[in-house]
Amino acid sequence: MLTVIAFYLLAGVAVLAAFMVVASRNPVHSVMFLITAFFSAAGLFVLMGAEFLALLLVMVYVGAVAVLFLFVVMMLDVDFVEMKQGFLQYLPIGAVVALVLFVEMVLVGAAYFAGSDDRQPVIDSEKSNLEQIGEVLYTDYAFFFEAAGLVLLVAMIGAIVLTHRTREGVRKQDAMKQMARTRDEAVELVDVAPGEGIGA
Amino acid sequence: MTIGLSHYLVVAAILFTIGVFGIFVNRKNVIIILMCVELILLAVNINFVAFSTHLGDISGQIFALFVLTVAAAEAAVGLAILVVYFRNRGNIAVEDIDLMKG
Repeated sequence: MLTVIAFYLLAGVAVLAAFMVVASRNPVHSVMFLITAFFSAAGLFVLMGAEFLALLLVMVYVGAVAVLFLFVVMMLDVDFVEMKQGFLQYLPIGAVVALVLFVEMVLVGAAYFAGSDDRQPVIDSEKSNLEQIGEVLYTDYAFFFEAAGLVLLVAMIGAIVLTHRTREGVRKQDAMKQMARTRDEAVELVDVAPGEGIGA
Repeated sequence: MTIGLSHYLVVAAILFTIGVFGIFVNRKNVIIILMCVELILLAVNINFVAFSTHLGDISGQIFALFVLTVAAAEAAVGLAILVVYFRNRGNIAVEDIDLMKG
């Protein structure tokens, strides 16, 4: 019974938050609702017995992706109110497409899985979820695991290369240049006459 | 009353639909579109994990892990492109991104 309540609570919050991501006027609020949706999804993962993925979801999405979104939203100086103007214009076509898509998915699911739903979720209680994942991830899927690492490396380098820029007129400390200076080019002796100052 | 596979599939379907809906209605705001893509990928992940649990096969969770990796990489590169575009053009209006059109 507790599972049922937890499921409906988490699913409801996830769907509501996802809708608010789309409907919110302020992109900062959208990011906050995105975080809420991911938290609820992580809760659903726990209900399904995938604890490791749930924690990973919180770490990767809430800890990295959502913060990245927040940085970009706050960094870009864009008039977001103006951007919301097409909302009502595209609402009918969007609603129709979404409805058709949803009905199709539900029909396919109902046709395909009719009668097979009364099976209880199979959770191997002998080993923990983490143990099960580790057993196959570093053996059967070792190559894919390393490929995933490569994908992240390429993404990291790509993001740095894209956003990196060398700006003109930035004062930087150059130790070699500082040490190579001689007394002659650094100091100028001026013979100041009394009462005149050194005004050029 | 038990929570079975179909419950999770319906939640995933709703999230996916909201993601597609969001792309349609927020056609001017690239940031929201990127967030909608993240929502869609989350729905896919829920499907993967639901089937993984239902069939007692851990492979689904491994694939969800890879989807998570790709989603993170996609968000990083997408937002980097967005920042560069904003630096060059001063806005991020989607309608103006048609310079390559002949």
